[in-house]
Amino acid sequence: MRGCLAVYEREMLILKKKLARQLASMSVGPILYLIAFGLGMGKDVQVHGRPYLEFLIPGLVAMSSMTQAFAIASEINIARFYWRIFEEFQAAPIRNIAYVTGEVLAGITRGLLSIGVILLIALIAGIALSYNLFFWLAVVLNSFVFASLAVCMAMLVRSHADQALLTNFFITPMAFLGGTFFPVDRMPLWVQKVLDFLPLTHAAHAIRGAAYGETPQPFSYLLLAGLGGMLFVLAFYCVSKAKE
Amino acid sequence: MGARDGGRLRWRSQNSHGMIRIENLKKNYRTIEALKGVNLQVGEGEIFAYLGPNGSGKTTTIKILTGLASPSSGDAYLSGYHILRQTLDAKRQCGLVPQTINLDHELTVYENLNIHGKLFHMRRRERLSRIDELLEYVDIKERRDSPVKQLSGGMKRRVMVARALMHAPRILFLDEPTVGLDPTIRRKIWSLVKKIQQSGSTIFLTTHYIEEAEFLADRVAFLEAGRIVALDAPQAMMGRLGAWAMDEIVNGEMETTYFKGREEANRHVALQKGSFALRRVNLEDVFLSVTGKKVQP
Repeated sequence: MRGCLAVYEREMLILKKKLARQLASMSVGPILYLIAFGLGMGKDVQVHGRPYLEFLIPGLVAMSSMTQAFAIASEINIARFYWRIFEEFQAAPIRNIAYVTGEVLAGITRGLLSIGVILLIALIAGIALSYNLFFWLAVVLNSFVFASLAVCMAMLVRSHADQALLTNFFITPMAFLGGTFFPVDRMPLWVQKVLDFLPLTHAAHAIRGAAYGETPQPFSYLLLAGLGGMLFVLAFYCVSKAKE
Repeated sequence: MGARDGGRLRWRSQNSHGMIRIENLKKNYRTIEALKGVNLQVGEGEIFAYLGPNGSGKTTTIKILTGLASPSSGDAYLSGYHILRQTLDAKRQCGLVPQTINLDHELTVYENLNIHGKLFHMRRRERLSRIDELLEYVDIKERRDSPVKQLSGGMKRRVMVARALMHAPRILFLDEPTVGLDPTIRRKIWSLVKKIQQSGSTIFLTTHYIEEAEFLADRVAFLEAGRIVALDAPQAMMGRLGAWAMDEIVNGEMETTYFKGREEANRHVALQKGSFALRRVNLEDVFLSVTGKKVQP
């Protein structure tokens, strides 16, 4: 437990040192999307009987928690390939599970921090949604999935360039196709079936439903929890493998 | 203490407590055999130098002993704990100063040491007093709250030594601790290593600086292509070759002749017609005589 907290505290110290830059960087994307897709499309556009901005904000929450939780992979990579801090963790008497837990918690924290930025922007834009327990549960599960995936990927890649490649192939397509900017049910049926395999589709669905104050559908939550659990276990094996 | 074994020097432990015990340790990286069955013991309070050219397996040995890599076969014990079967206990016994600087450059000296203390499960009060004590010990107390990125190379090395000593390890691994440092800083690190030894720690040092091993080590092992080819006290190894060496160029090749004493060397020098250099025998000569190669890469 102490080992896990040490790993987490290190990530938080680094985050704290560059908090202003991080917050600015976390704000740029959502502000641009709000201007481009929200204001640009006009207030008259409606999705499922609600203004488009009300549809967009939960989508941005899903996307941002995904990208920021996944961004822990870059921090791990810098620590591993550039500063070689990973050796310090490997030489310490902590179990690999403590290391994975510390990094995943750091990823979730980053995800939550980015949500804070979006909700503040939404508040300023006058968009009122329900930020209830199920909303936060879906956000945490989504961050858990992508932080665990980030640890796996960070252990498998051999360089920073590989990391950027993985982000381009996995995260960017998901950010645009996972029900962030448009309703998945307006896509052709076969595309909908494909998009059903993306965890972000389920995260956006759960976050949006909770933000609208609808009764939560357990399937999305269970799927995110199950997938997150699997990736967490996989991350543990990837850390063991990275020793070689 | 030294005994010939098939033309190679071997040291037989007589009163060693075996703080480090390595038995037939092998490591393969796909088709490359990095270690080909290393056996050695290092006693308590000893400074043991592990010498060899780049790629000879020095860092691989340290990586295996400190838990950064797994052996392909063989056994190793740190203070009696098996490195694979009692991994966490074995890791608690050792501190590591790796070859490359691996401090968190964004964090301060204090934060780096504090995180290390937490990783080794030290309590807050213990960590705070130990950090102050160690920063004074390595003579860098005034930079306690400076970010590591603002320190010079020599200071970073000293912070790494302080970090490795945070949890009071019984064994300290120093992997090329002075590589890239200027001679003044290098000597400061040597003094520090001697001071650490006096506090009772066992030190396992890799280097390819011959003079570093001569100055610091109680015993030296020469590693070549994954095998130990010689192991003994530096003075004993050098004494077997002689006390003086004369280098001369013969038919375009450097040749070295060894002499037991200065008078014998002087008699030989008096007969020389070409250019030559007379000097004391060093560990490089021992390595050359055993392998036919130089230690320096």
